[in-house]
Amino acid sequence: MSKIMGSVATSHIPGIGNAIAKNLQQDPYWKPFFDGFIPAREWLAKNVPDVAVVVYNDHGLNFFLDKMPTFAIGAAHVYTSEDEGWGIPTVAPLAGNAALSWAIIDGVVRDEFDVTTCQEMLVDHAVTIPLQLLWPEGPPPVQIVPVAVNTVQHPLPSPARCLKFGQSIGRAIEAYAPDLKVLVISSGGLSHQLEGERAGFINPQFDALCLNALINEPEKLTGYTTLEIVELAGSQGAEILNWITGRGIMQGKSREVLRNYHIPISNTASALQILEQV
Amino acid sequence: MASAPIPGTPVFTSEFAMKGYALNKMCFSLNSAANRAAFLADEDAYCDKFGMSGEQKDAIRSRSVAALIAAGGNVYYLAKFAGIFHLNVQDLGAQQTGVSVEAFKAKLNEYARFNADVNAGRLSNV
Repeated sequence: MSKIMGSVATSHIPGIGNAIAKNLQQDPYWKPFFDGFIPAREWLAKNVPDVAVVVYNDHGLNFFLDKMPTFAIGAAHVYTSEDEGWGIPTVAPLAGNAALSWAIIDGVVRDEFDVTTCQEMLVDHAVTIPLQLLWPEGPPPVQIVPVAVNTVQHPLPSPARCLKFGQSIGRAIEAYAPDLKVLVISSGGLSHQLEGERAGFINPQFDALCLNALINEPEKLTGYTTLEIVELAGSQGAEILNWITGRGIMQGKSREVLRNYHIPISNTASALQILEQV
Repeated sequence: MASAPIPGTPVFTSEFAMKGYALNKMCFSLNSAANRAAFLADEDAYCDKFGMSGEQKDAIRSRSVAALIAAGGNVYYLAKFAGIFHLNVQDLGAQQTGVSVEAFKAKLNEYARFNADVNAGRLSNV
């Protein structure tokens, strides 16, 4: 049976992609952020996954407002990145695991999560940056299953719904017969806001609450409405919904292996958190 | 939405999703290098292809993020428009908050004093 080994949650700020392209990892501005990934890669060397389920939000590459699914699951054999308009380099095509994707889709629909299924799906920086951070040498040695959450157009799914959706994904993975080791990658956040007079808003207290709660008390976050999340985390801080979904995928208790919270990267409170399923 | 507005925080609700549709569709099209070249060659003609309103075209001409947001723009799509002019999100933030880019960055840097506490698991009293 397949097994969920843990989760890596990380920010996906577009500037990271440009910093990677320009080799700025040792630059004083970027070093505290990139150094967090050294122990993350050591952890991955000891805990080698076969598949990564990547929970993220699309920023206008695959989805536009003409069709905006609340939850979408990729079911492709290959995923490609493309020009996002502002200069991030594309990456080599990424291998999918369509069989696992469909097993997850079967499971979540049985649990009444009526997802959009995507046999073709462009993946943007929210998928590619975490993979580049974890496997900087080249194409990641894992297959992926992308799971897209709408954090763009309100109404967004509630934190409670996201946690339950994640739990349903997790059950489907653990009921999947092949012996795969599955890593969860949660992409986005933490607090940040790009627009309005409150642009530049960051909330370390709420970020701390989220990081602490995600270890073993994710239900502490499920009482919030999505608008309360926007107020506390900033408009784009709503990407914490990806982290809550990702935590739901991990079944039962977890142990925090690594945390690297660093302000500022671009306009964002960046964070890296690794949880091991226990 | 019934909830009270969040100060200084536009929320991209159905109202804005409908109002901003043509503007956001134009911005979304700028993912393509050929479309970016067409925009730069004749931006009024390019915007007309998307049926943008007068308010939206004025907002594009003004390069004002606040005007673009008021015209229904969503920042994820507007980022593609801003990218044409090599503006990053600190430039956008400075413009919207009426401060210099250096002052905007300095404000972000002030939050760094919380890093150690959050990493130590403290500070979680909202």
